[in-house]
Amino acid sequence: MDSQLSLIEESFNNRYSSWVRDALDDLPDNFTITDPSISGHPIVFASRGFLKMSGYSREEVIGRNGRIFQGPRTNRRSVMEIREAIRQERAIEVNLLNYRKDGAPFWLLFRMSPVFGKEDGRVTHFVAVQVPIVSKKHRRNNGVSFSEDGESGGLREIVFGSCRREVCSDSLLEFDRVLALDSDSRGLEIQDSCEASDLEKQRAATAINNVLSVLVNYSESTGRSVCGKRCNLPGMSFISSSLHISLGRIKQSFVLTDPHLPDMPIVYASDAFLKMTGYDRHEVLGHNCCFLNGVDTDTATLNQIMESIQTERACTVRILSYRKDNSSFWNFLHISPVRNASGKIAYFVSVQIEEGSKNQDRHGLSPEMRQLSAVGAIKVAVRSLSMSAGTSKS
Amino acid sequence: MLRIKRVPTVVSNYQKDEAEEGAPRGGGCGRNCLNKCCIQGAKLPLYAFKKVNQTETEKGLLGHETKELPVEFLDSLLLGEWEDRVQRGLFRYDVTACETKVIPGQYGFIAQLNEGRHLKKRPTEFRVDKVLQPFDGSKFNFTKVGQEEVLFQFEASEDGEVQFLPNAPVSVENAPSVVAINVSPIEYGHVLLIPRILECLPQRIDHESLLLALHMAVEAGNPYFRMGYNSLGAFATINHLHFQAYYLAVPFPIEKAPTKKITTSAGGVKISELLNYPVRGLVFEGGNALQDLSNTVSDACICLQDNNIPYNVLISDCGKRVFLLPQCYAEKQALGEVSSELLDTQVNPAVWEISGHMVLKRKKDYEEASEENAWRLLAVVSLSEERFQEVNALIFEAIACAGNANEDIAERSLGEADDKPQSHEEVDAINNSSCPAMVSGTHECLVLQ
Repeated sequence: MDSQLSLIEESFNNRYSSWVRDALDDLPDNFTITDPSISGHPIVFASRGFLKMSGYSREEVIGRNGRIFQGPRTNRRSVMEIREAIRQERAIEVNLLNYRKDGAPFWLLFRMSPVFGKEDGRVTHFVAVQVPIVSKKHRRNNGVSFSEDGESGGLREIVFGSCRREVCSDSLLEFDRVLALDSDSRGLEIQDSCEASDLEKQRAATAINNVLSVLVNYSESTGRSVCGKRCNLPGMSFISSSLHISLGRIKQSFVLTDPHLPDMPIVYASDAFLKMTGYDRHEVLGHNCCFLNGVDTDTATLNQIMESIQTERACTVRILSYRKDNSSFWNFLHISPVRNASGKIAYFVSVQIEEGSKNQDRHGLSPEMRQLSAVGAIKVAVRSLSMSAGTSKS
Repeated sequence: MLRIKRVPTVVSNYQKDEAEEGAPRGGGCGRNCLNKCCIQGAKLPLYAFKKVNQTETEKGLLGHETKELPVEFLDSLLLGEWEDRVQRGLFRYDVTACETKVIPGQYGFIAQLNEGRHLKKRPTEFRVDKVLQPFDGSKFNFTKVGQEEVLFQFEASEDGEVQFLPNAPVSVENAPSVVAINVSPIEYGHVLLIPRILECLPQRIDHESLLLALHMAVEAGNPYFRMGYNSLGAFATINHLHFQAYYLAVPFPIEKAPTKKITTSAGGVKISELLNYPVRGLVFEGGNALQDLSNTVSDACICLQDNNIPYNVLISDCGKRVFLLPQCYAEKQALGEVSSELLDTQVNPAVWEISGHMVLKRKKDYEEASEENAWRLLAVVSLSEERFQEVNALIFEAIACAGNANEDIAERSLGEADDKPQSHEEVDAINNSSCPAMVSGTHECLVLQ
């Protein structure tokens, strides 16, 4: 986990410099920033206001996925909408029922926007602003209560169970009344839906703009500028952030290569691949896999790989590969074509297993089976994610 | 008797045309099937899932959830075993080579061109006016599939922990449930879950089997791995109890449809009605435990099949949402009420089509696929508003009756909750159990206490 935390810090600092955190902390809004290129799409920054609202400490939030704030009554359809917006790399605004650390649910206006890197047009981060929804009606209602530490900031206005929806029949009204009689502050019925006011929508929009302008400013200081609008750069063909998120879940050593580009370069390399071979990501992306070969690599095996690529078939070989430090290892290598939604080959995937490594699955799934499961997961991701319009690259 | 003619789907390489079936085979048939002749000494991987109820899972999420979200274990097993069968050439075609697209429009219907799926099969007559029919051992059933088509056995773990045995004996006494490939997949990872396969159950939902299917959806832990069920008369082709499942990492139109809450059951299951969707249906979600969701849905399914109403079920969002869709397409087809234009497409509106994933057989239909066309087909599948409300009344009555039977259990949990500081879930449980009766728009509120 520590390695992931340092990865998070590094990725954020490299893009925006280490000063950005202070500037973001000066903003009064409740927001989080997530990084889709890191495995698990974790939160990489959480504002003071957000932490106060959610009741979590910074340490408890950084590195986690935003789903930790959802609970049993969170609307599943809204969760799906957010998931799809992330995949399609677009902004979204939705009313959401989240849960504080102590388990108390509350309604908020969730507004999320992607941040694009200017150098390659890829999504570098998502900014998500959370504005608690305040109901004007609640003051007239019975059984409304404020959260205990309601003195501070925006939290003061969070009202549990305040968004009452019109009930559709007498019997339902009856049912609701039973629930409303319970005066425990957490026991109030949380309504199934809730509408944010124009003021709250305005607050969310302003907050997003504030965060974006800080990020844009600080990214200029590192020379790796970002912007809030998609910038199309023809000719770049690295993969979309949605595919990144899917591939990031696969904890195995693999690379994707693009057979449609000259010299069939690597367009994606997993963390496990970098760890196994000792290279940095920027040293392998855009390069042909041949840097893994060395003096004692068998040419016949290499020919076998070439042939399977030409005939568009899967193959499994045992080949001597070399790390960056020139040490060698026996690589149990599986290569398979991966098709996109048109049914055409989009990539070849190579999954590596280091022979003799004690890399046994804790459940006892064999390395061969895990190798094939990675291939399956990659096939599903590439096929499905090339179906919908709106991603950086199909 | 109502019958329709359709091309049956070839789900197994051992499935022959009905005409060739029927001759009973003697011992040791030589094809390594799951029948008595070959089952002795057979070994298959075994995945035993942990029985957690949903509430505990949610608490886990709020509390000490692990930081990363790697591909879940069942997901890996299923994908790995499936890809292994791809490489062994067991499928009739490479489904990833079939063109597919999201149709532009508000709902994002999904179209796939699949020209190979129905080749080499003759149209067969299907009786569509009986949702429950006895098991017929002379017809094709899953005990006849080859063992290589079975991916693994799937059961509840004895000790409450996930267990995996790469080579577990198949024991008849154990009543194994298995996951097998569909050799005519409509998407990657298309499998069949066959509960207690050796008991030769007919296509008919019971509490235990639906819970098993829900567990599988929960275990896979992937919102894009959905499970489905077709009753007889709603385009199931094999009368041997089975659920289907596959991966498709795009939202289904039915999942995007807005819903209107009708009521919450005694077990905390929220029941809503689909809005703005061509097929009328109910959505079940939540529940104090997975068992509550499972019981409510299976009560509804049992009600439908007992009333001879064909239906389809979609289990989505890792077992958190279940869609129930009564339908009448086959009946209309048998009565000659479906236009030839629709019939010519040969699209069978089973659970996947109803959910918005259209598998098309003709290139022309694929190229001309539009939201309008999809909507037009599905509108014919749906019950009329009037009939749907009648059917709902039946369903809610059935759920309320079954709910009353569980009242004792609800009261017991109420007593326990009193001693402890109350979390919102417990409070909900109390509130709900104080009014265990079902409430619905078309129904009176039966107050029992």
